[in-house]
Amino acid sequence: MVQILTEFNGTRHAVHEINSKSIVMQSNNFNLWYGSNHALKDINLNMQENEVTAIIGPSGCGKSTYIKALNRMVELVPIVRTAGEISYRGRNIFANGYEVEELRTKVGMVFQKPNPFPKSIYDNIAYGPRIHGIKNKKILDEIVEKSLRGAAIWDEVKDRLNENAYGLSGGQQQRICIARCLAIEPDVILMDEPTSALDPISTLKVEELVQEMKEQYSIVIVTHNMQQAARISDKTAFFLNGEVIEFDQTDTIFSTPSDQRTEDYISGRFG
Amino acid sequence: MIRERFEHDLIAVQQDLMEICDLSIDSLQTAFKAFVNKDIDLALQVIKTDLKINRLEETINDRVILLIAKQQPVATDLRRLIVVIKAATDMERIGDHAVNIAKETIRIGKEPFVSSIEPIEEMFHKSILMLRQIVEAFLEENTTKAKEIAQLDDEVDELTGNTISNLMKLTVSNEQVSQITSLSYVCRCIERSADHATNIAEHLFYLLKGKHYELNN
Repeated sequence: MVQILTEFNGTRHAVHEINSKSIVMQSNNFNLWYGSNHALKDINLNMQENEVTAIIGPSGCGKSTYIKALNRMVELVPIVRTAGEISYRGRNIFANGYEVEELRTKVGMVFQKPNPFPKSIYDNIAYGPRIHGIKNKKILDEIVEKSLRGAAIWDEVKDRLNENAYGLSGGQQQRICIARCLAIEPDVILMDEPTSALDPISTLKVEELVQEMKEQYSIVIVTHNMQQAARISDKTAFFLNGEVIEFDQTDTIFSTPSDQRTEDYISGRFG
Repeated sequence: MIRERFEHDLIAVQQDLMEICDLSIDSLQTAFKAFVNKDIDLALQVIKTDLKINRLEETINDRVILLIAKQQPVATDLRRLIVVIKAATDMERIGDHAVNIAKETIRIGKEPFVSSIEPIEEMFHKSILMLRQIVEAFLEENTTKAKEIAQLDDEVDELTGNTISNLMKLTVSNEQVSQITSLSYVCRCIERSADHATNIAEHLFYLLKGKHYELNN
């Protein structure tokens, strides 16, 4: 593996790796404004296949904005303006003619608060595939089972697939949401603080699940829990005031970070 | 500045480390004074003091483990705590070497030395210099001073080798063989104390640079 350290605006900014894994998503000088507020400044990051990339930083640093830019959810805010590019498998997702539906089929998202539909467990998972035109009951059954197994919740719900998903615990609901995301066979899964509303045991289950899922998917996770980032991610990006201060192997970030601001943040000295 | 409690506890545990440094170095000096003056009472005092050093090392370990468990430090903070544990262990071992010198002093008793102990005194003074210097280097986080310690360690090693070799060449009576063994062992204890000073110098490099350094080959 070869590492090339790059300097950007005078700050050690990103580590690009050239290795056998290919880049799934890439931002090049990506900028974002909410009206006149410059929320993301020249973001250069590479997300690699079958890796977990964690994004950490204090509140308001732009990490949630960035993850929402990766599947263009940020466009739902009318005053948003962007410059630079974010590419998925080499194609700029903000380019004219790039269908947002096509992007979100490949780049799924799991949110902070579990948000199952007020439907049965089965219908929650089958919802996406049905929208994509799958009507065959046998195929849907297979997708539901595969997705629930993939989210490590099949054994807990297989005997009550027709019950309302609202009846499940918070941790189970979150794994249902992960299963719902898996049902459309995404390539990348974005997770915005997926365990912040969960108890410690459910949190550990989701963390274990993330580790298993990276065998098949590429995962980007925003987390306030630095120990979580240290436990589950391969690479970590530290955001501060809309900039990437440091992006490196997670082992390096949590042992010998290059930038004093990173060290101060992970050591709990600000934020 | 947040985490004031953690900062406070971190300072407290580092003060404990400085205390074990003082106790162990004092103990080594007292043991050597007892050896030179054949002072059995002083030697017995060294053995007694060692219990205090051992207990302090356990207290430091317990405090650090609690801090790691409760505060979950990372990066430099974590290395600092690990280095405190490692340095405290080195200092506790120096206390043990002081006890060994005290025991040999009791064993030799009032018998006259079979040869001049000047080379042993020279080794001892170099070792004490190293130990005092590593405490200073630690307080100042000064890697230049830490590097100098490794050079002194080479000199102590050479002196130890020569002194033991000269002791072995002495023609002595059967009764004096036991003292030759004791003197050689005292040399070895001083040399090992100097090694612990070098270990602590390497811990200081690890703390400040985040990498392992072998200062003395």
